[in-house]
Amino acid sequence: MNYVANLIFAIILIIGIGYFAKNVKKLIRNIKLGTAVDLSDNKPQRWKNMALIALGQSKMVRRPIAGLLHVIVYVGFIIINIEVLEIVIDGLFGTHRVFSSIGSAYGVLIGSFEILAVLVFVSVILFWIRRNIIKLNRFWKNEMTSWPKNDANYILYFEMVLMMLFLIMNATDVPFQNMNSGNVISQYIAPIFSGFSESTIHLIERAAWWMHIVGILIFLNYLYFSKHLHILLAFPNTYYGKLTPKGQFNNLEAVTKEVKMMMDPNIDPFAAPPEGTEGQMPAKFGASDVQDLNWVSLLNAYTCTECGRCTSECPANQTGKKLSPRKIMMDTRDRLEEVGKNIDANKGEFKDDGKQLLDNYITREELWACTSCNACVEACPVSIDPLSIILEMRRYLVMEQSAAPVELNNMMTNIENNGAPWPYNQMDRLNWKNE
Amino acid sequence: MSELLKVPTMAEYTAQGKQPEVLFWVGCAGSFDDRAKKITKAFVKLLNEANVEFAVLGTEESCTGDPAKRSGNEFLFQMQAVTNIEVLNAYEVKKIVTACPHCFNTIKNEYPELGGNYEVMHHTQFLKTLLNEGRLTIEGGKYKGKRITFHDPCYLGRANNVYEAPRELIQKLEAELVEMKNCKRNGLCCGAGGAQMFKEPEKGDKDVNVERTEQALDVKPEIIAAGCPFCNTMMTDGIKAKEKESDVAVMDIAELIANAQDL
Repeated sequence: MNYVANLIFAIILIIGIGYFAKNVKKLIRNIKLGTAVDLSDNKPQRWKNMALIALGQSKMVRRPIAGLLHVIVYVGFIIINIEVLEIVIDGLFGTHRVFSSIGSAYGVLIGSFEILAVLVFVSVILFWIRRNIIKLNRFWKNEMTSWPKNDANYILYFEMVLMMLFLIMNATDVPFQNMNSGNVISQYIAPIFSGFSESTIHLIERAAWWMHIVGILIFLNYLYFSKHLHILLAFPNTYYGKLTPKGQFNNLEAVTKEVKMMMDPNIDPFAAPPEGTEGQMPAKFGASDVQDLNWVSLLNAYTCTECGRCTSECPANQTGKKLSPRKIMMDTRDRLEEVGKNIDANKGEFKDDGKQLLDNYITREELWACTSCNACVEACPVSIDPLSIILEMRRYLVMEQSAAPVELNNMMTNIENNGAPWPYNQMDRLNWKNE
Repeated sequence: MSELLKVPTMAEYTAQGKQPEVLFWVGCAGSFDDRAKKITKAFVKLLNEANVEFAVLGTEESCTGDPAKRSGNEFLFQMQAVTNIEVLNAYEVKKIVTACPHCFNTIKNEYPELGGNYEVMHHTQFLKTLLNEGRLTIEGGKYKGKRITFHDPCYLGRANNVYEAPRELIQKLEAELVEMKNCKRNGLCCGAGGAQMFKEPEKGDKDVNVERTEQALDVKPEIIAAGCPFCNTMMTDGIKAKEKESDVAVMDIAELIANAQDL
């Protein structure tokens, strides 16, 4: 009879982890739909950034209240998950609190888990209040439609329930309570159950234990469908984050080749391209859909947890324009998911669905409102770069569609004709000297 | 007064078989915009005062391509860049100073990959060096004790992490430096970047420069110091929109120092 429980546990565990692994594979495939970019450089700096920004939460705490609460939840979750290891071993082998054999250290361990669980519980409630009662502006912007709002709340409920189950599980574990070591919090919860019979208390303990581990597996699998992927992707995302100065935009290599050719007096303008170079020009300049963006931008999109710090710092958004850097990331992710589902439905081949990231998700009005000031990039706690997506899409609009606003076309014509954005003669450039 | 300005060109230096210490990249705004020309002249006065052997490209200078690149026109940007790099390399330029953070960022960060490798300084960094080397002295003079706030240009601050040079110069004026709510890495854009300077803003409920000007006015400055010709225009327009022209002046740091010296 005992083995049935072990077997059920093993099956649940395999399904839970297996389904998650399947979705992770899909996630990686989708990210790889982006164009190639070589980021194998400067590994020490990249590891350092990951350690400081993701592991060390250095940019989270720039906003002290949200930062502190976040650090509690983050540390709590990582540390309490040591307990999950014990649960898994107990579940598979039918043991009970297998680690308790380590002696008094076990009490210290569980005691600290219990304290953290309470701190996480309180922090999560404060997070919920900030979203739903105080209604902080950045959680109620236009792009925060019903799903993003619900998603955020579901995550908070999940965490509340998991912490509660952990404490109830400990409180109703009679042998554990009798040990009277490590039950720093649960000893105050235990009296609630004192009126029940011993068998009922045991039943509650078993129920809490099962619901706790099943809840964790459900939560794990919920990640892929929610904004909460950042708990995993923040690490690679900060590793691959931009290392060059924020003001430095990449130079398009394909354009460099063209320009060098145009400037080279020794090149025969009528010559046919050398053998084998025909296919080398990119199909298009800039990005109109997710496959035109590089894979780091796509990783950025999956990493975004919609905190909205970028949008709250954006000068365009602050002055009522439609642009919201968070929406740029959410749109990119939503379109990428749509493309991924399209590929799944069409046996691994993307079938044109008459849609694209430009216009169907991100409007031109949003793209042209950006001042390229980098406030969004600076604000992101996990090194997401919305500006590079905006730039790639502007490149598409200008170089593929000649669809810049008319004043910008005038500005560019001026630069082409007389080397300045205004219609002044280049020969007058030094006139100021004598004025 | 202007006949006192010494503004040699690279062509003149080369004709004499000499090489200047530094090239002053004037930029389009500094060459053509009436307000920015005053900044250019103030900076030249300081260069003359410190006996810096500098030269300009004059009619051989052309737009760096910054507004074209930020608009998405990579072709036009690279055409400009490659042309400028050819001129700069032909003159064997090693060091460049500019009063425009956009030119600064583009030449410093985006030209090297295209073959243009120079030491590039913003004029506030260069002036700081002149002070440290004792080639230029600042006396507080007329700005002593004045309330001055500094508006960080995005392409100098966040884009390139230069926050201290302009502030040190203001402090050298013995002025009272006051910081806005959003400053340094959290500085709010003036609204001109990303080629916004050259177009009407998108529909919204306020202009960015007005928002930024309000932040500046909140700290009750007598002077808003800027380090970028475009920020200067935007903040000046903001002050006009708020009808504060008689109370608050928008000045470039080079102008503050030149005025303090009565140059």
